[in-house]
Amino acid sequence: MSADTYSLKVNGTDRQVTESLPGESLLRVLRERLGFHGSKNACEEGECGSCTVVVNGQTVCSCLVLAESVTGYEITTIEGVADDDGLSDVQQAFIDTGAVQCGFCTPGLVMSVGALLDSVPDPDELAVREAISGNLCRCTGYGRIIEAVSQTVDGRRDDGSRS
Amino acid sequence: MTGTRVARRTGTAPRIGESARRPDGVPKATGSFSFSSDLRHDRMLWGGTLRSPHPSARIRSVQIGEAVAVTGVHAVLLSDDVPGQKVFGLEHRDQPVLAGDVVRYEGEPIAIVAADHPEAVRTALRAIVVDYEVLTPVVDPMTVEETESIHPDGNLIRRIHLRHGSQDVVGDVQVEGTYEVAMQDQAFLGPESGMAVPADDGSIDLYVATQWLHSDRDQVADCMGLDPEKVRLTLAGVGGAFGAREDLSLHVHLCMLAQHTGRPVKMVYSREESFHGHVHRHPAQMWYRHHADRDGTLVRVEARLILDGGAYASSSSAVIANATCFAAGPYRVPSAEINGAAVRTNNPPCGAMRGFGAVQTCFAHEAQMDRLAKALGMDPVELRLHNALVPGDKLLTGQTITGTAPVAEVIRTCAEHPSAAAIATDPLELPGGTGRTADPGHVVRGEALALGFKNLMFSEGFDDSSEASCRLLDGVATITSACAEVGQGFVTVVQQIVREVLGVDEVVLLQASTADVGSAGSTSASRQTWMSGGAVQEACGQVRVQLLERLATQCGVDTDDLVLADGQIVSLSGGLEVDLAVATEEPVEASVVFRHAPTWPLDEHGQGSAHVAFAFSAHRAIVDVDTELGLVKVVELTTSQDVGRVLNPMQVVGQLEGGAAQGVGLAVMEEVLVTDGRIRNASFTDYLVPTALDMPPVEIAALIEQAEPGAPFGAKGIGEAPAISSTAAVAAAIRNATGLNLPRVPVRPVDIVFPEGAT
Ligand code: FES
Ligand code: FES
Repeated sequence: MSADTYSLKVNGTDRQVTESLPGESLLRVLRERLGFHGSKNACEEGECGSCTVVVNGQTVCSCLVLAESVTGYEITTIEGVADDDGLSDVQQAFIDTGAVQCGFCTPGLVMSVGALLDSVPDPDELAVREAISGNLCRCTGYGRIIEAVSQTVDGRRDDGSRS
Repeated sequence: MTGTRVARRTGTAPRIGESARRPDGVPKATGSFSFSSDLRHDRMLWGGTLRSPHPSARIRSVQIGEAVAVTGVHAVLLSDDVPGQKVFGLEHRDQPVLAGDVVRYEGEPIAIVAADHPEAVRTALRAIVVDYEVLTPVVDPMTVEETESIHPDGNLIRRIHLRHGSQDVVGDVQVEGTYEVAMQDQAFLGPESGMAVPADDGSIDLYVATQWLHSDRDQVADCMGLDPEKVRLTLAGVGGAFGAREDLSLHVHLCMLAQHTGRPVKMVYSREESFHGHVHRHPAQMWYRHHADRDGTLVRVEARLILDGGAYASSSSAVIANATCFAAGPYRVPSAEINGAAVRTNNPPCGAMRGFGAVQTCFAHEAQMDRLAKALGMDPVELRLHNALVPGDKLLTGQTITGTAPVAEVIRTCAEHPSAAAIATDPLELPGGTGRTADPGHVVRGEALALGFKNLMFSEGFDDSSEASCRLLDGVATITSACAEVGQGFVTVVQQIVREVLGVDEVVLLQASTADVGSAGSTSASRQTWMSGGAVQEACGQVRVQLLERLATQCGVDTDDLVLADGQIVSLSGGLEVDLAVATEEPVEASVVFRHAPTWPLDEHGQGSAHVAFAFSAHRAIVDVDTELGLVKVVELTTSQDVGRVLNPMQVVGQLEGGAAQGVGLAVMEEVLVTDGRIRNASFTDYLVPTALDMPPVEIAALIEQAEPGAPFGAKGIGEAPAISSTAAVAAAIRNATGLNLPRVPVRPVDIVFPEGAT
């Protein structure tokens, strides 16, 4: 159980990971060593998406990623999606449409929806469902989440047409 | 989560009937909300649990020497270390905190460990040596009553032999069927977790995700051998519940480890452990015979119901009461004999899950209604309308419905709602979805409607209460309640209620804790809006009266002359106008214990006014079935629900959609597979819950608003009904598409492709 030190770039800032055990997942390191509790741990076996983070532009289940394997990568967690204690439009839409109930799935879904809309600005409903099908939500039945995505899309379209 | 203050112009914050946003929405969306699995303490240790690999065994010995010697281990505790009562239980204290000389289900806790690091916990758990004498588990609920008892309390948990009306009635037309419902898991996303913190005076603080703080507190205190006030429970952020947090899980274990080590101890179950660590929805075996006249009038229903309670009682005795009382569905049935039993086996323990006994019988009685319609040559919707309960009718229990019962309205609005379901063109939308396996030539569509109902709140004479207090100071209302927010949105509704009654905008809801207030009862049985909402409404009402009386005395005016609205108190006769913040520089407070109308126990024939009120719902499902591969795509769900009154439209929709998703899951994919007492699929890899691709849009045809007498603002509980008729509707739609009997849910591919050979 030798203690390695390595660094992870999380939300634009380099963080030293000390006393890490070999084989620790990115999720464990984020939550237990670096204090980013926003990424959730509903299964820790790659099936629920509650731990979703973005690594070099790709959404990944952080519970399946070896922490040491992403040194030097850009890691974005839920704590990094909004500036200045504000809310991203996706987060705001989740709140406004009732897409948040218990909220355990919410950070992961916000990451997945954000990544989808960054690459496909105006997805149809099937594309949205496909993109979030790796994120389980047990509370909402997904109806309000689909609604939150379309509200975000509409908002961006309006902003785009104004500017 | 609580305590969020948003300053606005007084009178603009959303009140009753508006789609108020959750006060905990921002922290939940930003990830800063603290769930029970996020708890931390500088000095904390990690806890873990050793569980039995056998469903039935005698324990000859347990050796912990090597485990204790593992570096970083602070405690290894066994059954003998339980300081107080060795058993716990929601209704019957029959479940050991830690198994002593016998284990009765796979996954039963035997030892607990506390250590510096989760890895040390795992190493220590592996080092414990248990010598088992493995026994053959008793797993067949149908024969268990003739089998040697597996528990000192016997193998029968409860039998209700309900007899209603004349027992000699025979219908011109009879239909008979046998039905089965598999074991469903609540599958909340936030794993069981919590932290116990010992205090110097021997008392303990337990922070835990739960549905009922005070019931937990009483059980924990007994098991710890402490006075109840020495155990303080505080609600930690709850990641969903759906019934699975009504029983204790890690509560006593955490307290034992904390007391033993003198350190805070945290525990988080893995997903696999969670499948073993909480109760499930009871699997059911059901036989039915319906009798009707040739015009479709139901004259008698006979049924035998067996619920497999698993190894310990949990809430089985209340679940079987619901299954029995509501066995025939929301129909007028003048004669009935229902024989319901919940039995004990060496299968995983079963207890509360959303719908609580009504889900299982709804699946059966709705299949029977369709069968009857076919036998009569009658339209199934017409048959339901013809027999639909109305206020003043009697239930199977002989109880007269005195509240609202808009059953026909629920059926009609749902059945008549236009469907938006198109024929799938994209292969992704066909059964099999992304697998692109469907040959459109083998896809058939089906449609069906199902109806369900259930009681609201606790029944059978249980003293069901909720305490709440309101303190109005400087124009800000502070509410104290021990109601567990589990995601359902009580925190939102409570703000709306307070604003409505007191005309304030700023409402602070304190963290739910046993230290500050009496019990709110459980967040279950669709009861918290009525019970804790009712308590808050009454406390606020008392504050309002006290405030106006005080001001009237101070100003020498008549109380009736004063009106409180939108942050102002004004006199009708003019001349007086006081800002609420100024009027409440001295606080005004009130505390109430709210109770619903009394209920009574069932007599030996299952008769009695055992229930408070009822909620009704209908679902219409449209499905596509690939008959070659046996795959089902639920294309559309339409629902109407009896809601009393809508307090928050957005939250109502969220409950209806979320409940329906759990119903869809039970209909087509969710089953805890148990073989010889062992769970074979304790993971989200193998236990499938609906994803966004499995779940269709839910069309809300109608929210029927008929104010329920006695309920705050006339609002009925809405959480459970959506999970009741949805399963039955989807299963019926698959029958309609395929022409198969399909007597079991979930409907598996093999049931469709090889219906004869299905097991
Ligand atoms: S926690 Fe990573 S996928 Fe579930
Ligand atoms: S809001 Fe509870 S799991 Fe999605």
